Amino acid sequence: MADKTRAAQTEPVSMMSVVAPAVGWLIPGAGHMIQKRWIRGLLLFVSIATLFVLGLAMQGRIYKANGGDILDILGFIGDVGAGGLYIVTMAMDWGQGAIAFATADYGTKFMIVAGLLNFIAVADAYHIAIGKKQ
Amino acid sequence: MTITLNHFSAAAVFALFASIVFGITHRETTREMVRYGLYCFVMFLGGVLVAGWAMWLVRR
Repeated sequence: MADKTRAAQTEPVSMMSVVAPAVGWLIPGAGHMIQKRWIRGLLLFVSIATLFVLGLAMQGRIYKANGGDILDILGFIGDVGAGGLYIVTMAMDWGQGAIAFATADYGTKFMIVAGLLNFIAVADAYHIAIGKKQ
Repeated sequence: MTITLNHFSAAAVFALFASIVFGITHRETTREMVRYGLYCFVMFLGGVLVAGWAMWLVRR
C-alpha cells in the first residue's frame, strides 16, 4: 500500500504521459518526437513503417476485427498496434488478397510484428513521459 | 507494387528493423542502444543460420 502511494507520488499523471502514447500509437515514433527525441522517433518510424509497408508490398494479409479463431484475433491485435498505418490500410482496402505464395505469408507476419513493435515503442514513449527513462 | 524477397533476405530485413526498435526501447544510453541493437541483429541472423543448418541435418 505504502509502495503504491509512493509510486503514485513519483509518477504523476501528466498530459504528456497520456498524449505521447496516444500519438505514438497513431504515428509510430511520434510519441518520441513530441518529447524531442527526434532521432529515436525517426528511427522508430522508419523501422516500423518500412516493415509494415514491406509486408503490404509482399502481398501480406491484414486482419480485420473478428471474434473467431484465436490466431485471427491475435493477428488483429498485432496489426492494430500499427495505429495509423492499420487505419489507412483498412480505409484503402489494401491487404485483402488471398495468400498465394510463401513470402506473402512473411508479409502478413511483417505487418503483425510492425504492430507489436509499435506497442513496445508506445510503452517506451510512456516511460520517457513519466521520467522513468531518459 | 509487389516485392518478392527470398527467405534469407526476408529474415535479414526483419532482423534489421526489429533490432533497431529493440535497441532503442530496451536500453538507456545511445552507446548501450547501439550495442544491444547489434547484439539482437547478430542473434536473429545467427538463429536463422543455426535453424537452417539444423533443418538441413534433420532432413538427411
